[in-house]
Amino acid sequence: MARVIFGSALRRYTGGVDEVEIEATTVRSLINALDRRFPGLGEHLKSGMAVAIDGEIMTDALYEPVPEDAEVHFLPPIGGG
Amino acid sequence: MTVTATPSYKWVGTRPVRHDGLDKVTGRARYGADLNLPGMLTGAVLRSPHAHARILAIDTSAAEAMEGVRAVVTGADFPMLESGGEGSGEEYYDPLDLCRNVMARDKVLYEGHALAAVAATSRREALAALSAIKVDYEVLPHVLDVSLAMAPDAPILHEDMITEGVDPVPDEPSNVASRYVIDRGDIEKGFAEADVIVEREFVTQPVHQGYIEPHAVVADVGEDGKAMVFCSSQGHFMVRAHTAELLGWEPSRVKVIPAEIGGGFGGKTTVYIEPVATRLSQKAGRPVKIVMTRDEVFRATGPTSGSKIRLKVGATKDGRLTAVEGSMAYQAGAFKGSPVSLGCMCAFAPYTVDNVFLEGLDVVVNMPKVAAYRAPGAPMASFASETVLDEIAEQLGIDPLEFRLRNAAEEGMRSVYGPIHKRIGFRETVEAVRDHPQYSIELGPNQGRGVASGFWFNFGGSSSATVHINEDGTASVLTGSPDIGGSRASMALMAAEELGIDVYDISPIVSDTESVGYTDVTGGSRVTHATGLAVIDACRKVVADLRARAAKVWDVGVDEVEWVDGRAQHVSGDRAPMTTRDLAADAAGTGGPITASAAVNARGAGAAFSTQVCDVEVDPETGAVKILRYMTAQDAGRAIHPSYVEGQMQGGVAQGIGWALNEEYIFDGDGTMENPGFLDYRMPVASDLPMIDTVIVEVPNPGHPYGVRGVGEVGIVPPMAAVANAIHDATGLRLSELPMSPVKVLEAIGANGG
Repeated sequence: MARVIFGSALRRYTGGVDEVEIEATTVRSLINALDRRFPGLGEHLKSGMAVAIDGEIMTDALYEPVPEDAEVHFLPPIGGG
Repeated sequence: MTVTATPSYKWVGTRPVRHDGLDKVTGRARYGADLNLPGMLTGAVLRSPHAHARILAIDTSAAEAMEGVRAVVTGADFPMLESGGEGSGEEYYDPLDLCRNVMARDKVLYEGHALAAVAATSRREALAALSAIKVDYEVLPHVLDVSLAMAPDAPILHEDMITEGVDPVPDEPSNVASRYVIDRGDIEKGFAEADVIVEREFVTQPVHQGYIEPHAVVADVGEDGKAMVFCSSQGHFMVRAHTAELLGWEPSRVKVIPAEIGGGFGGKTTVYIEPVATRLSQKAGRPVKIVMTRDEVFRATGPTSGSKIRLKVGATKDGRLTAVEGSMAYQAGAFKGSPVSLGCMCAFAPYTVDNVFLEGLDVVVNMPKVAAYRAPGAPMASFASETVLDEIAEQLGIDPLEFRLRNAAEEGMRSVYGPIHKRIGFRETVEAVRDHPQYSIELGPNQGRGVASGFWFNFGGSSSATVHINEDGTASVLTGSPDIGGSRASMALMAAEELGIDVYDISPIVSDTESVGYTDVTGGSRVTHATGLAVIDACRKVVADLRARAAKVWDVGVDEVEWVDGRAQHVSGDRAPMTTRDLAADAAGTGGPITASAAVNARGAGAAFSTQVCDVEVDPETGAVKILRYMTAQDAGRAIHPSYVEGQMQGGVAQGIGWALNEEYIFDGDGTMENPGFLDYRMPVASDLPMIDTVIVEVPNPGHPYGVRGVGEVGIVPPMAAVANAIHDATGLRLSELPMSPVKVLEAIGANGG
């Protein structure tokens, strides 16, 4: 089970829940599972947010595998100069 | 991929002369303004004289009838795009905002906002035509200051802007585009545990990247409707995508040829004049060149945000941080999208703190839309956080570096912004400064020493590379990453290491959008990591191919062939080795040309940290601050070309010192910028600065085969606080507003009874 920790911005979509455990093999299946539990969250997560899996921040990561017992965060888009 | 040891390499870590160096010092290199085509027209852009106004009417008829004028465009010549978040990471943007920024529609939102353009047979005729365009404005009240923009009676820039991230959703528009919050732990408990609490407010000014080369483009739309665009940018695939989108075209209709780039620092990760020149060329049927003046660069391209920041920080008497609380409001310019969320995430990222509440507000004002600038959002936030930390350390009587070490984030610890840190080298940068001779040099009267640290994420992203082995055994390495900081040399060094051939036998080429696969912009400190991964992968495919060809020649299994120092060797050692040149000469007979491509969406970017020490002398009579000595230690993971790593470190510091001491936008009462030139917008020059000493710390990034970490951005994060802390050490004054110009320093000295 992946452990998903929600930052303050996402807790608006989760009714204040700050952490859940979700069965998922990829980021896409994780988002779909989250959207089933918290309707509307999935669309927000897909709109340019970065994802951090066990500390590694990624973008365009829908098909990225989510390891068993991974810790997952969703973060604002991270660019640079 | 894992770095299992710290091996020495033949090429990686050496300092060859850059492959593009000779062209650049002899003037042969072609920059954006250097291309001239037969029949080429000169384009010029009409810009708003008002900071905020409604466009009631634009009449271009007189301009169109003028001698030499071949085309005129306004917002009506470009499709209005739909709002939404497009792209990701480095290239996240809102298409509607981008199209309205490139060419205003119903309103102009800052002085300098483009609202029409002409193409004519000479610049004189183009400028005359601009003067003939009649615009009927309804001038509106404007707002520049971030606090005033949030006031209830502020002029509203966008009547449909409802603040995102707020519950309940507001029912009135405002200039606050969004609110971002980091909320971890128990902030009240954290402050209750603190023995010392410091709360301060800070103000920073918008500053420009100050690249020497203004934006420049040549666009040529052919009879087939396809466009060639030659321009200076940080990403020609970005230019292709944005130009096509703003014209309503498919990307493949635009070919972008990258010019050399005379500086970008984040400011050339978007488009301004490229879609305009392309539409003008389409209408005129001739090539069109537009070159911005310096005045236009200042008035119409994105600086980074000015900010207003309040921070409250608590710590125990033994120097452990217990709580961080604060609010940051960043100017976004005319359209939403300041880097305030990144500021919140970066401010305390070098440290471990359990209780955090940081609020970030993205605020639109009547200035050019901000653009990326080295470590976007982090420098102003760290100016505040590192100044407060310095004050806490002073109150506790703890050496500021020791204070940082006691709170240093390390591998396995939770970051302030949420995820667990992977292998990082922050502690090592602090220790490098502590152990450096500068930290113990005795100071004289009116002199002071300050330290500060900084963090930047670094980034991966999409990159492509193709490697060709030429008939003579040399190699061409093609990538889609514009070379801003020596990336040709870095790519060549990694290719030399992989292929085992001399670095000067490798030709690193920045290819156009039709000659190499898609590649994200050069930004986010990503190229040496991400494009490097693509180059390494392509080289390894080439080596596998070379081994297979040698096996074919020797009629042995490929597993009997090793690739050692650029030669195929049979494991038995009883055959004469074959060099790349030998195998290339017989390529036709062994399977045809030797070439391979690779593409990645790179993972494994390693975070960057920098710690810096600054020695200053403050003239109590004038308030002038002289930088006596400056040293920066930065974790590069593994320096592929140490000279260019040092150059990035020094460049970031130099820009940060300018941000600290001199740079600011000055506006008159009408919102017109009064200092749009380098005489009045004072950036540091060589004579202002001492030699900036560098220490490259190498804590290899396990996400890259050579351990690379991006180095282009974090160097600009600590300087403002390092300078401020040094001024405090010299004078006893805590300055909280940038720039710390002589006037402000003198005022502070006077206010302090000096």
